[in-house]
Amino acid sequence: MATAVDTLRDTPFTIGGRTFHSRLMVGTGKYRDNDTMVHAIEASGAEIVTVAVRRVDLDRTRETGVLYHLDPKRYFLLANTAGCATAEDAVRYARLAREAGFNEFVKLEVIGDQETLLPDVQGLLEAAKILVQDGFRVLAYSNEDLVTALRLEDAGCAAVMPLASPIGSGLGLLNPYSVRTIKRRLHVPVVVDAGVGTASDACLTMEQGVDGILMNTALAAAHDPVAMAHAMRLAVEAGRTAYLAGRMPRREVAVPSSPLEGMLD
Amino acid sequence: MNETIDITVNGQRRTVSRGVTLLGLLASLELDPRAVVVEHNRTIVRRPALADVRMAPGDAVELVHFVGGG
Repeated sequence: MATAVDTLRDTPFTIGGRTFHSRLMVGTGKYRDNDTMVHAIEASGAEIVTVAVRRVDLDRTRETGVLYHLDPKRYFLLANTAGCATAEDAVRYARLAREAGFNEFVKLEVIGDQETLLPDVQGLLEAAKILVQDGFRVLAYSNEDLVTALRLEDAGCAAVMPLASPIGSGLGLLNPYSVRTIKRRLHVPVVVDAGVGTASDACLTMEQGVDGILMNTALAAAHDPVAMAHAMRLAVEAGRTAYLAGRMPRREVAVPSSPLEGMLD
Repeated sequence: MNETIDITVNGQRRTVSRGVTLLGLLASLELDPRAVVVEHNRTIVRRPALADVRMAPGDAVELVHFVGGG
């Protein structure tokens, strides 16, 4: 597969000045156990792994720290502000995350509605501006709205991350047109974050020409997360390669593949 | 004198010795300072400064780390 992509001369996948090989980023939540998580992440081939910021469990009833299981030297840790509902909270979480000392990247989430977990666009822009000013490389989780994406780019975000469908829904890419439009209009990388449910969703998403995909539940909630991670790796590569290859035009009528000449009387 | 004060750590009320430092608090909780990020009254305290910040009554401390999430 790498050879095929090389032939098509894929551009490097660079975000905020860092270049990565894998266009698949993964989350670390909701796995049934840490062993499964570690093996699934390995099988996905992902280099960028997102983690959340939470209080330490002082009673130590369970060891919740993800870095006990995941080697921070092997993976690029992308802290996120998941769960934050205001710009102020998101900025606070991002600053705490940066203090852990790994990098200045943050996946910025400001949630505006608890049922759909759709982003609060106003809070998102406000937090993005503050964090960019503060030296962060901001990857902004956004809805699939072009104008919001343009504003986030103007605010200095290192990447814009439109959703395929709501977080954890597994509904797949609901609005390919919007995602394609965002990709066409932005200069910064576009990484689809949330909603991918299975390999065909990932492939279809990459075929829109976006730079990458971030997923979590599609792996963690699969019957076999490790096998699904492998499938997603192939799907992301297949979708990317198909995009670079350039698909045939769609037609409303059939066109025969075999010669019309030489038919028997 | 072994006077004690009440502070809040991760939302829970805790009784600690007056004048205990953040580093001392972490030690009493058996937490490795390299594995947590410390916020004291809404201000991040960097590792080298943990031994310099002493607890006062009513202080709020947050101890956070990375957990699984998407």
